[in-house]
Amino acid sequence: MTVNREFIGREYPASTTYEVGREHIRRFAEAIGDLHPAYLDPAAARALGHPDVIAPPTFLTVLNFRFATEGPVADPSLGLDYSLVVHGEQSFELHRPVVAGDVLTSVQRVDDVRDAGRNELVSTVIEVTGAAGEPVATLRGTLVSRGTAAPKGA
Amino acid sequence: MPTYDEVEVGTELPVGSYPLRRVDLIRYCGASGDANVIHWNQRVAQAVGLPDVIAHGMLTMAVAGRVVTDWTGDPGSLLSFRVRFSRPVVVPDDNDGAQLVVRGTVEDKLEGRQVVVALVATVGDSKVLAGARATVRLT
Repeated sequence: MTVNREFIGREYPASTTYEVGREHIRRFAEAIGDLHPAYLDPAAARALGHPDVIAPPTFLTVLNFRFATEGPVADPSLGLDYSLVVHGEQSFELHRPVVAGDVLTSVQRVDDVRDAGRNELVSTVIEVTGAAGEPVATLRGTLVSRGTAAPKGA
Repeated sequence: MPTYDEVEVGTELPVGSYPLRRVDLIRYCGASGDANVIHWNQRVAQAVGLPDVIAHGMLTMAVAGRVVTDWTGDPGSLLSFRVRFSRPVVVPDDNDGAQLVVRGTVEDKLEGRQVVVALVATVGDSKVLAGARATVRLT
């Protein structure tokens, strides 16, 4: 099954805000094996000039999964078999560090769906803003749907 | 912590070497919310054509980025970070897992006391990231 090109350009605003908690930051930091004190200890984070503990740079990937059920990947009409999916590319632009206590709003957009050989590539962008509407981060990701491209005509 | 003025193009960061074991993948499934079955179930991973369970790309990226944030001393110094996942990190069902070795080199110095670090991440002889670049602001 090929991925549905009609999804290109569709936007998916998260239905609720995402509240960044100290304990989730701690758990994420432990899971990546990085116990930098700026992630764990508010006093250490403040000594570096941050208002509270900050999240590791790739933390916002959690938004993909927190809002997975309402994003494009969860829509069966996209035609994406998640067991065939591997991550192709990812980028983070961080306008400022994510800080414990942040209440974040996010919108995911399907930027592109295209063939790459026998695979298909699904590119999405997530724009993340803070409680005051200020830009916090832009995440660009490409998923590879392995072997699902339509056969090329002779 | 390195300062912008003392860093030069070609400055090498301390090399990082980190194990990625099955238990690390399970922890990352829980912490990130990404429970894709290819990260914890060998039977399904092989059924969809992978050699074995593979690490989350995002876990590999997070671990690779640590070479940069450990170097600057402040993880909040990281402004942008991008990678391509060129080869999967296959994680065998043993006590050692895969050993990820990460090397960083200053590639460019920009305005605003920013520097670009090029990262090379390998498991054995295999480069698992391509085009990996992190931009940080130094003091």
